[in-house]
Amino acid sequence: MIRLVSLCLFVLAWQLGALALGPQHLPAPDQVTATFIAEWSSGDMPMNLGLTLMRVLAGFSLAMAAGSALGLALGRNAALDRLVDPWLVIALNTPALVVIILAYVWGGLNETSALVAIALNKFPNAVVTLREGARALDPALDEMAQVFAFSSWKRWRNVWLPQLAPYFAAAARGGLALVWKIVLVVELLGRPNGVGFKMGMAFQLFDLRLLLAYALPFVALMVLAETFVLRPAERAANGWRGHGA
Amino acid sequence: MGGAAMALEIQALSKSFARKNGSAREVFRDFSLTLGEGKVTALLGPSGGGKSTLLRLIAGLEQPTAGALSAPARRIGMAFQEPRLLPWRSVADNLRLAAPGLSEAALQAALAAFELDGRGADYPGQLSLGLARRVALARAFAVEPDLLLLDEPFASLDLGLHRRLRALLAQRIAARAMTVVIATHDLDDALLLADEVIFLGGVPAQVEQRLQLDMPRENRDENLTKLRTLAPFYPSSPSKGDANSGAA
Repeated sequence: MIRLVSLCLFVLAWQLGALALGPQHLPAPDQVTATFIAEWSSGDMPMNLGLTLMRVLAGFSLAMAAGSALGLALGRNAALDRLVDPWLVIALNTPALVVIILAYVWGGLNETSALVAIALNKFPNAVVTLREGARALDPALDEMAQVFAFSSWKRWRNVWLPQLAPYFAAAARGGLALVWKIVLVVELLGRPNGVGFKMGMAFQLFDLRLLLAYALPFVALMVLAETFVLRPAERAANGWRGHGA
Repeated sequence: MGGAAMALEIQALSKSFARKNGSAREVFRDFSLTLGEGKVTALLGPSGGGKSTLLRLIAGLEQPTAGALSAPARRIGMAFQEPRLLPWRSVADNLRLAAPGLSEAALQAALAAFELDGRGADYPGQLSLGLARRVALARAFAVEPDLLLLDEPFASLDLGLHRRLRALLAQRIAARAMTVVIATHDLDDALLLADEVIFLGGVPAQVEQRLQLDMPRENRDENLTKLRTLAPFYPSSPSKGDANSGAA
């Protein structure tokens, strides 16, 4: 209920802001809604929104898979960690824009370069988060698994994965929030379609109605993914904590 | 031990741990010991005296710096100093994971043997330390081990729980033929449970005394005071009392 009131207050503030600033600087909610309906009806928005979501999903999955694998390896191997850590620090501190431009310059303005740029921007965060998870694995439980001759799969499924679940969840939630912002920049700079491309177009035309018509549903989709996919998955992974632990 | 098949032979074993300052902490040097098949051996000694390290070497959790342990391929059950249960799995699942193929009847029997009836669905976080230790022991027995390793199985328990759990353990040991090695610093535990008590001492650790106990286990409870006189050199805790020590 409070959330609904909060949302109504947001729309009201927006309306008041639009009245105060004028439609050139802040289009009113009804104007943005009209543009949204027009874009959706023409089929333009579903196509661009779909392409952007595909890029988010692909870049996010690539970064999570590769980042998790390397993070776990670094957390379990101190020598490898010492070797790779300086590179990781560099990667973490390289601006996203630099990575995107380099990917396009070296790989060309194509879909592969776009996905590499998206994944590379998230990759170091996933590595660092999962490295912490691997470092925190309880060696006592590992020894228990060894004594009772757990197979590799059984150890992974029953000993490691439950301990790593909060780190996967943290990496995934932080990752989604980062990746979708990166995707928009990647599309703005080098793709002929997608929400980022449309926003770039809106900027060139100074069409704030178009900009907001694309921005709001996209943000809403990301919030829905966070609320109905990532958070429930995190709750499921940590469900055992409710049993007195 | 003459004539018995050797369950476990430790030959000229050395084990050192590196300290942070680069020096080595030597726990064993040229340490040799043979343990008889189907016997219950108690390793007795002060804390930090090498008992747990020896158990870990036997379990394969540590590798010797030199020397060898010869043990035929066997099924090992172990109860650690801490219960080491998987907190995200129920009690029943903790047992099933350690003993794959455990039938429902065998699972219930394993739980009942340690008075854990009706606790199968509980999670470790819902258990007291005493119950968690019982689960850890039930898990060690559930694998039907040939070699059972118990590392201070009653540590941190109050006297009542200590006695109750010791009594349960004594029953289970009597019910199944297997080689058992118990690391403890408690003389009474050793006297009430073991066929042989090995006193470890010194740095690096050496066998200082070996004590064979021929008295039937069920008679030891009432003769505990007399048994203690067999090891006058080792301090026992008077607070543990003579009566109702709970091994039988």
